[in-house]
Amino acid sequence: MIIRTVQPQYPLRRWFILGLFMCGMTVLISRAAYLQLWNKDILQEQGDARSIRVVEIPAHRGVITDRNGEQLAMSTPVESIWANPRKALDDAEKLPALAKALDMSIKDLKDLLRGRVSRDFIYLKRHAIPDVVEAVQAIAIKGVSTLSEYKRYYPAAEVTSHIIGFTNIDDQGQEGLELAYNDWLAGESGAKRVLKDRLNRVIENIESIKTPRPGKDLILSIDRRVQYLAYRELAAAVKHHRAKSGSLVMLDINTGEVIAMVGQPSYNPNNRGGLKSQFYRNRALTDVFEPGSTMKPFTIAAGLEYGNFQPHTRIDTAPGYIKVGEHTIRDMHNYGDINVTKVITKSSNVGATKIALSLEPKKYWEALNSFGFGQLTGSGFPGESSGILNSYNTWSDVEIATLSFGYGLSVTPLQLAHAYSVLATGGVMLPVSFIKVSGTVSGKRVLPESTARQVRKMMETVVSSEGTGKRAAVRGYRVIGKTGTVHKSTRGGYSDDRYLSLFAGIAPASDPRYVMVVLIDEPRGNGYFGGVVAAPVFARVMEGAFRILNIAPDNLPAITSPIMANRPDLELDEGFDG
Amino acid sequence: MKERTLSQRLHIDIPLLFGIIVLCGFGLVVLYSAGNQNIELVYQQAIKLAIAIFIMILIAQIPPATMARWSIGLHILGILLLVAVIYYGDIGKGAKRWLDIGILSFQPSELMKLSVPLVIAYYLSDKSLPPNILRIVTVFVFIFVPVFLIAKQPDLGTALLVAAAGLSVLFVSGISQRLLASLGVMASAAAPFLWYFMHDYQKRRVLTFLNPESDPLGGGYHIIQSKIAIGSGGLYGKGWLNGTQSHLEFLPERSTDFIFAVLCEEFGMLGVLFLICIYMFIILRCLYIATQSQHTFGKLLASGITLTFFVYIFVNMGMVSGQLPVVGVPLPLISHGGTSMVTLMAGFGFLMAIHTHRSFLSF
Repeated sequence: MIIRTVQPQYPLRRWFILGLFMCGMTVLISRAAYLQLWNKDILQEQGDARSIRVVEIPAHRGVITDRNGEQLAMSTPVESIWANPRKALDDAEKLPALAKALDMSIKDLKDLLRGRVSRDFIYLKRHAIPDVVEAVQAIAIKGVSTLSEYKRYYPAAEVTSHIIGFTNIDDQGQEGLELAYNDWLAGESGAKRVLKDRLNRVIENIESIKTPRPGKDLILSIDRRVQYLAYRELAAAVKHHRAKSGSLVMLDINTGEVIAMVGQPSYNPNNRGGLKSQFYRNRALTDVFEPGSTMKPFTIAAGLEYGNFQPHTRIDTAPGYIKVGEHTIRDMHNYGDINVTKVITKSSNVGATKIALSLEPKKYWEALNSFGFGQLTGSGFPGESSGILNSYNTWSDVEIATLSFGYGLSVTPLQLAHAYSVLATGGVMLPVSFIKVSGTVSGKRVLPESTARQVRKMMETVVSSEGTGKRAAVRGYRVIGKTGTVHKSTRGGYSDDRYLSLFAGIAPASDPRYVMVVLIDEPRGNGYFGGVVAAPVFARVMEGAFRILNIAPDNLPAITSPIMANRPDLELDEGFDG
Repeated sequence: MKERTLSQRLHIDIPLLFGIIVLCGFGLVVLYSAGNQNIELVYQQAIKLAIAIFIMILIAQIPPATMARWSIGLHILGILLLVAVIYYGDIGKGAKRWLDIGILSFQPSELMKLSVPLVIAYYLSDKSLPPNILRIVTVFVFIFVPVFLIAKQPDLGTALLVAAAGLSVLFVSGISQRLLASLGVMASAAAPFLWYFMHDYQKRRVLTFLNPESDPLGGGYHIIQSKIAIGSGGLYGKGWLNGTQSHLEFLPERSTDFIFAVLCEEFGMLGVLFLICIYMFIILRCLYIATQSQHTFGKLLASGITLTFFVYIFVNMGMVSGQLPVVGVPLPLISHGGTSMVTLMAGFGFLMAIHTHRSFLSF
């Protein structure tokens, strides 16, 4: 081994190397300076663009409550799982775990992602349950993230579903009051700036850009307790009579508020899977029917108002039928010469026909129109039907005759209740409201008070021990009302064996507070008369409602009015209309 | 004979050791942030550093004459191991680099980073300098065989560093400027042929380097993200642990090859200057050792190792800041990872040996 001592043969090389190092370092430093000082703003902006995002802060939808503040619809926060398909497919080894967490087959998941690979955002699972959300987050697959949303929940479920309706998955009202008051209920989303990492997870909230404005609450006129009761009784009656459907409407006559409104069949808005849209229909105001005998009080009222009729005016109904043109209108029996009160009591079609035909058609039409027939009730409910009341210009005599006892026009249960409320208020019509009313409501007078009182007085006999509506009687209270058993119109005429059973009533009679209409469509067992099928529902719901709403009795046994029990001229006769 | 200090008896060069420790300490601080505040990672790295420093001190005990004597044997052993890798190597990340010899697995290519400068320094110091053409060709053979084997693995970064180590020694040996220039021309002429032999992924890296925005989500992704990280640091940086690019996982390989970007983002321009100052301090100390060496072997080896160390720094920083194509070269003594650290420390061990084994009596 030779170790040579070195002569400095190339002294310059030493400096050359040193210079090389210096040059190299200068290059590195100037590059750093170029990026960090010269391009700093652009690069910082790009960095922020990669990590800072503006995200939406969902605002919850307003709560819907009943008149006493009980919640009927509320929003609960939930997470939805979404994906950027291309990124998720890139992270292929985690896809099986994701499929498992989402309870999908790996093939379905891949098909879903591949099918929409050009999109940046697809939902994998809306409103996922917390377990699923946690499982998916634990996988930490690229391109899959969660999003906060609100899900609507309806505690009263099928009991209130027809009124309240529901929202779609995007929290937009689709049916019922959720639709009608969507703008009021819907919140306004806010926005915030957040720091997100490469997997799109929010790391830090930086600032709030816009605070979310939650939707406004909606206080309904409904009383949840009465609603439950009405739902239970109607459902029981529909089941007992094996009926096709049923509706019940109860109005507060002093305010026009809807206290209860139920329909059968109903549906659970919290789980709508597989339901057909026909279940969504709020039958109490979308389905029309011919009101039959329940129409007669209005014919009588028109007669009192526009004709020369008084409660005691005699009308000859012999021989039990009357020919109008080529048609014959019949009563059940030959009632002979009776007064106007008895036309209601006996439910005489001939009597009603004679009254109607004696009126000027225009006046008769105006009277019916003023009770709200053929018009919307002003409830603002989506899909409400106005019913049909043809113009008097087109009326023939036979049409006037059939109108007088409730055929040839169509109404909704709500419309009928609304018309009855005019009688109940003493001739004032108030707009129907689903929203709780505060203060007094100014209505429109459509009938002198004395006339309304006279009609009510004439109707009192119906709900007596001998009247057609005796089963509508409520212990301790006086009830007035009218039964109806309507032949359903079918193609080519009226059916002989398909009926609507109706009861429309006002209570308490001495100081009317509530109107209720009960309709049972096509009862197929245990009777079909309105007084048998619909009246008991009225009685049970009204009795419970009085208790719930704390209404003072006006007919306690000690002061029972002798008039009702002792009138010998009352006969039990179900007015069989048609 | 003068009384020897403790450091002289332990064959440690205090200024160099000081520079190395400051650098490693700074490296651990950056690594804590780059590794998502995983203290375990920092412990691991600290243990590896301690082992590497221990190895450095062990090597410093070997007299340079002994090193020179072993150099040929070491070189041949290294080449045999590289051949063994071809047949028995473990595959990792698409390349055969590792050799498992029972108790530990290591990369023989790392050994070549030491043996190539050693053997060339030994070979060239044998005769008078500058070397003649024949000897230069022989040196090229010494370099080419291991570089070819390593490039075949494929490990372009290490092959590049091994070549740099060998050429550095040749460069300092004093070959004439004219020869240097003609070699440069030959190298540029060979470039197209080199392109022909490159793997597809290597070609792609070169293309991406030339225009990173051409493929922002693919090959260009690393470079774009790291440029953003560096630039958004500004003069003062975002502060330790506050880098968004690195902490939000936008930056790839942030605890290993791209750790420089984390440093830039969090410590800014001032951090970069600090790091370069430490590096320059170490390099200048190494150069000083080279000039103080009394024999050609020591001079050649010391300056060759120094130059290699510089190439490391330059290539890594240049690559991270987007001036050079992406090749797998770690930032020396900062990047996470044990193998290159041991090699680097061993190199410093050689330098310390050269400096501390000077015979004071020979004058």
